[in-house]
Amino acid sequence: MIAEFGLAALWLAAALALLQLIAGAVALRVPGEGLGGLVRPVAVVQGVLALVAFSALIWVFAETDLSVKLVAANSHSAKPMLYKIAGAWGNHEGSMLLWVTVMGLAGGFVALVERRLPEPTMIATLAGQAFVSLGFYVFLLFASNPFERLSPVPGEGQGLNPLLQDPGLAFHPPTLYLGYVGLSIAFSFAIGALVTREVGPAFARAMRPWVLGAWIFLTLGITAGSYWAYYELGWGGWWFWDPVENASLMPWLAATALLHSASVLAARNALRAWTVMLGVVAFSMSMVGTFLVRSGILTSVHAFAVDPKRGTFILALLAIYIGGALVLFGYRAATVTEGERFSLTSRESALVFNNVMLTGSLGIILMGTLYPLVTEAFGEKVSVGPPYFNPMTALFVVPMLLVLAVGPLLRWRRDSFGRVRKGLIVPALLLLAGLGAAITLAPGKVLPIIGLALAPALAAASLMPLRGRDLARVKLPLWGMIVAHFGVAVALFGMASDSAFTTERLVAVRVGDTAVVGPWQLRLTSLEPVAGPNWTALEADLQASYKGAAPVSLHPQSRTFWAPPQNTAESALLTRWNGQLYTVLGGEAEDGRWQLRLWWKPFVPMIWIGGVLIALGGVLALLGRVASDLRRFVARGKIAFRRERQGR
Amino acid sequence: MSVIKAKHQRLVLVVIALVALIAAGLLAAWALRNQASYFYLPADIASTPPAPDRAIRLGGMVEAGSLKTAPDGVTVHFVVSDAKGRVPVTFKGIVPDLFKEGSGVVAEGKLGADGTFVADNLLAKHDEKYVPREMKDMTVAQARETVKETK
Repeated sequence: MIAEFGLAALWLAAALALLQLIAGAVALRVPGEGLGGLVRPVAVVQGVLALVAFSALIWVFAETDLSVKLVAANSHSAKPMLYKIAGAWGNHEGSMLLWVTVMGLAGGFVALVERRLPEPTMIATLAGQAFVSLGFYVFLLFASNPFERLSPVPGEGQGLNPLLQDPGLAFHPPTLYLGYVGLSIAFSFAIGALVTREVGPAFARAMRPWVLGAWIFLTLGITAGSYWAYYELGWGGWWFWDPVENASLMPWLAATALLHSASVLAARNALRAWTVMLGVVAFSMSMVGTFLVRSGILTSVHAFAVDPKRGTFILALLAIYIGGALVLFGYRAATVTEGERFSLTSRESALVFNNVMLTGSLGIILMGTLYPLVTEAFGEKVSVGPPYFNPMTALFVVPMLLVLAVGPLLRWRRDSFGRVRKGLIVPALLLLAGLGAAITLAPGKVLPIIGLALAPALAAASLMPLRGRDLARVKLPLWGMIVAHFGVAVALFGMASDSAFTTERLVAVRVGDTAVVGPWQLRLTSLEPVAGPNWTALEADLQASYKGAAPVSLHPQSRTFWAPPQNTAESALLTRWNGQLYTVLGGEAEDGRWQLRLWWKPFVPMIWIGGVLIALGGVLALLGRVASDLRRFVARGKIAFRRERQGR
Repeated sequence: MSVIKAKHQRLVLVVIALVALIAAGLLAAWALRNQASYFYLPADIASTPPAPDRAIRLGGMVEAGSLKTAPDGVTVHFVVSDAKGRVPVTFKGIVPDLFKEGSGVVAEGKLGADGTFVADNLLAKHDEKYVPREMKDMTVAQARETVKETK
């Protein structure tokens, strides 16, 4: 019953999206109160209905209703409740439902609160949002119905991939999707602004908080995903240039560029066409990513569905939306008049440089991700990995980070290097000192040396905009920028330190033996069987002592799940202020020894701390923007109120 | 510094962006040709061996009876084979759970001068739903034959 209820809600939501599109399109052609007034409420109801459908899916997963095909294929009655619920989106159909739910909710939210743009632009924006949603509704209803019934009802479900049974997974995909799909708002704003020829500072100001919101979730999602891969896969790496990781990184790069160019447009009315273009590109990258992941054309742990029909369907959607948006852009780009000009040494120029470098690295990653597909069409199977991605992205990211140190100090429109020279002395000295130290400590490792040298300088430079300011009066958006840039430096240091200083040991030991990794001494004291709700495991007890200090216990496990039957290595980590000890229990060697894989990774947690700081910077900036909008709103209300009274 | 000549600013920006993007594209194309790691079957290694020190992926069946663990307990030696070739492989590390004799594997690494493939990563079947792409094709096309031969 619940499943049919959810399906009905989904159909209704799709119908409302169609209504929203038609009403919006007609209202734009024939301006008048009637239909135009319909768009906002319909958008809100559509979002609510999508949420109802998604809740229904969570419901059937929570009670393990095995008559629903999706539940039977992906769940199991013995699974802990958290993973039953998370299982709702840990599969193709459920994740696509989550996709339309986020799109619907984002559209509804915009319809509810966004009042800063002219009404026709808003109508066009919401109609655009509905148009994109509609394609995904059709995809869900006709090619991946999550509520399909199964007959006869099986006695038990097939369970969820154990790799996905982790608290991180419960929150990682929804967070990522909020970001990924939240960018659809930027896409729709760009469409709305192009259709109604309203590309200007007001458009950028209206779009910015929405992009910022999506970007925060995307940042957190990527950070969490990276940490999940790090401790769950047990390979000790935190980024694998897996197509799916790239699929989330590409929209992030585009959104980061968009945020920066939108701030130029909002503050200075320059970079108009470029900002609109980025709005289109950011969400297009989300859709390309979905195509890569969901079509099953790439190998990945994340690829659920291998169904050619679905791949073709998503490809068609991609062609319609991206192609359509680009055609619209081509038609209207000429009507977007040129913005204000600026000198070569100015904040604008620095941000243009940042945008070009971000787009360049986006292009590099896109090419590397698509290359295996292209060669496979010619019968050659290749894979592209770190030897390509690391140096090639560094080629763009390193110059960008250098400019990042200078850009925030420059004034808008026109400035001179002489004026900002003082603010660069400390970072420059740190850069030189860091370079010397890094070359001595990690000789021969080019990229880690650059990272280690750049990070402290960047951290200092990111604080420089505060120089000579009264800290109590610094506005929230500026704090946001400083925290986010500081986060970049922190993450960079973590990455460089990990690749420069990690020590790895692979040993086979008997119970009672000792192994050494970096400053740690580990003793395997026992191996005990343990049991969880849907798995059994062999758990090692490791006594780890840091430079002879009192030992601490670590318990890496080798787990065996029974539904579906699969083994996973459950790593055990120990975090100190200066790094992380990472232990994995392997198999038993023939002579009764046990394999242990040990890493000492100095400062590696800084990667994710940096990621969280970047997101926090976004939160501060968002709060600042929303607060100032609210203040303006309240002030305007007061003025209107006063005028009204005076009028009487 | 002067404001760039008013009329041309947009053009200059567009040109700069285009040049940067085209440069990125060319660089990427060049790097991809050099850095992409190609997929080889044991038969390919025999007929057209890859350049030494070039990262490749080797896929095939783990030959029955070939899997041996070295005295250090963490290095394994085995032979990857198909109908037309056999390649000895060395791997130091924890082998994937579903890695066993008679089943498929994709090894990432380099072919040494002595003809031994030194793997730095092994991909085995993860579960029913996740199979390395190369291996999936292989189990259809070559696997049956190779298994027959090695049994």
